[in-house]
Amino acid sequence: MSITMSEQTINAPASQARATQNEPRLAIKNLDFYYGANQALKSISLDLPDCKVTGMIGPSGCGKSTLLRVLNRMYDLYPGQRAEGEVLMDGYNILDKGTDINALRARIGMVFQKPTPFPMSIADNIRFGVKLHERLSKADMDQRVEWALTKAALWDEVKDRLNTSAIGLSGGQQQRLCIARTIATRPEVILLDEPTSALDPISTLKVEELIDELKRDFTIAIITHNMQQAARCADQVAFFYLGEMVEVGTATQIFTAPRQKRTQDYVTGRFG
Amino acid sequence: MNVTHSGTASGFPLRDQGVALRLSRRRRAVSRLIEALCVLATLAGLFLLGSILFTLVSNGIGGMNWTVFTRITAPSGDGGGLLNAIVGTIIQAGLGTLLGTPVGLLVGTYLSEYGRDSKLGEAVRFVSDILLSAPSILIGLFVYRLMVEPAGGYSGWAGVVALAVIVVPIVVRTTEDMLRLVPISLREAAVALGAPRWKAITQICYRAARDGIVTGILLAIARVAGETAPLLFTSLGNLNWSLDMTQPMSSLPVTIYSYASSPFDDWVQLAWVGALLITAGVLALNILARVVLRKRS
Ligand SMILES: Nc1ncnc2c1ncn2[C@@H]1O[C@H](COP(=O)(O)OP(=O)(O)O)[C@@H](O)[C@H]1O
Ligand SMILES: [Mg+2]
Repeated sequence: MSITMSEQTINAPASQARATQNEPRLAIKNLDFYYGANQALKSISLDLPDCKVTGMIGPSGCGKSTLLRVLNRMYDLYPGQRAEGEVLMDGYNILDKGTDINALRARIGMVFQKPTPFPMSIADNIRFGVKLHERLSKADMDQRVEWALTKAALWDEVKDRLNTSAIGLSGGQQQRLCIARTIATRPEVILLDEPTSALDPISTLKVEELIDELKRDFTIAIITHNMQQAARCADQVAFFYLGEMVEVGTATQIFTAPRQKRTQDYVTGRFG
Repeated sequence: MNVTHSGTASGFPLRDQGVALRLSRRRRAVSRLIEALCVLATLAGLFLLGSILFTLVSNGIGGMNWTVFTRITAPSGDGGGLLNAIVGTIIQAGLGTLLGTPVGLLVGTYLSEYGRDSKLGEAVRFVSDILLSAPSILIGLFVYRLMVEPAGGYSGWAGVVALAVIVVPIVVRTTEDMLRLVPISLREAAVALGAPRWKAITQICYRAARDGIVTGILLAIARVAGETAPLLFTSLGNLNWSLDMTQPMSSLPVTIYSYASSPFDDWVQLAWVGALLITAGVLALNILARVVLRKRS
């Protein structure tokens, strides 16, 4: 009954893979997560709608990062961490043992809290991810590099120094490079784990504008500690507390008329 | 300079000014004492290093001429050089490094990336560390029993293997240490793009750790280029010209060892020249590596 994630579906352009427009891009169903014996997520159910931004908020340690790391199976790197339940993508449970994890990660990209430029040139940072999944001619590759950097609003700043080390970029530029690197593999979903918490206000603004731009083509999940940011960027907002998802709704509803007391306390700053 | 928080208005309790002053004086005195000791130790180290280099250069430079590089070792008085010893050292140290480095890299990678906390990893790390500090004469004896005795004679290959055994733990150690310095976040970032683990390691982690690993390999070359004891039992030395790896092979350290303790002035002079050559070679390697690394980054 589950559609296998064959080479074909994986390499299909995003638009083609999106036959069913109304279905959520990712559907999380009754997800439990364990660090060894410690349960970090309790029965989470949440849909990530296609081409929408889902904001995730909640106090530190409530399991937001853990959830994102389930979605691209990052936890697989660490024995002892395990997930139970379902995360459906095109009707296929990506938590299944047989999933081609590397192909999955090409479809579900992730940007981390701290910028993580690779110790190589700016262009090579982009090429690295692309080369993992595609064989492109030099011209096509150059085009892809320009496309990704343009999308990430970085092209104008770096076009004259594509072959210099990425380590020399400012923090904000590095983070946009990491976003560019992620979108260069043309994923369908982008997971952002507090992408602006290490950035100055101007860089933060640029990244936020970028997110707004990116949601035309990508489904986005973003963790943030910044309520204004969640309100600005997100179409829907989910509030997490102690490993549970307390509620989810439109940004307006969560911030102005939360159904749950715990949500209200959090968004009004009564705890954090 | 003596800022004291005063007044209870800011919430700080009033300090006893006398105690604070005394403490601060003591702090500064201790600080100066430590600084002085550090400078003294540095000077002592530099002085020793300088005097070694000075002795080496002043004794070696006089015998430095073309015959050193163009003629092989010869009986005293025949105007011999060191050609066979130089070439033998380059071959044995070179091949030993070529043989030992890949092994060391792989083991170091295993220790850092795969077997970090495993029982096998801990055992391997322990053995490698023992090997690192093992007297090199033991390694010579080991290879003697392993290769020289069964083959019925000393050979260049035995020398190469002995040097490789010395190279391995050095490269293991530096590779593991340098890879461990690479932040987890960099590995996760590579893997998050869909890179298999081995690609994240070879294309990202190695690159991030490159300078340190290269430095480790250079240290290993420098170390084996000057090794005498393991070669005495393996490649033995050869007074004639020979590139045959199955035969005894000459080397600088062994030649220095035998020439320096000889009663002939010209041989003693050549021993100094040989020592100067090794030192200069190691120095040149280090400088070269720095230049290359700086150009690339
Ligand atoms: N590697 C880990 N091993 C064990 N427990 C962890 C690990 N990472 C996170 N946790 C625990 O899981 C819970 C959720 O953490 P996390 O998802 O990082 O929270 P958030 O991102 O919302 O701040 C916390 O209680 C944290 O201590
Ligand atoms: Mg987090």
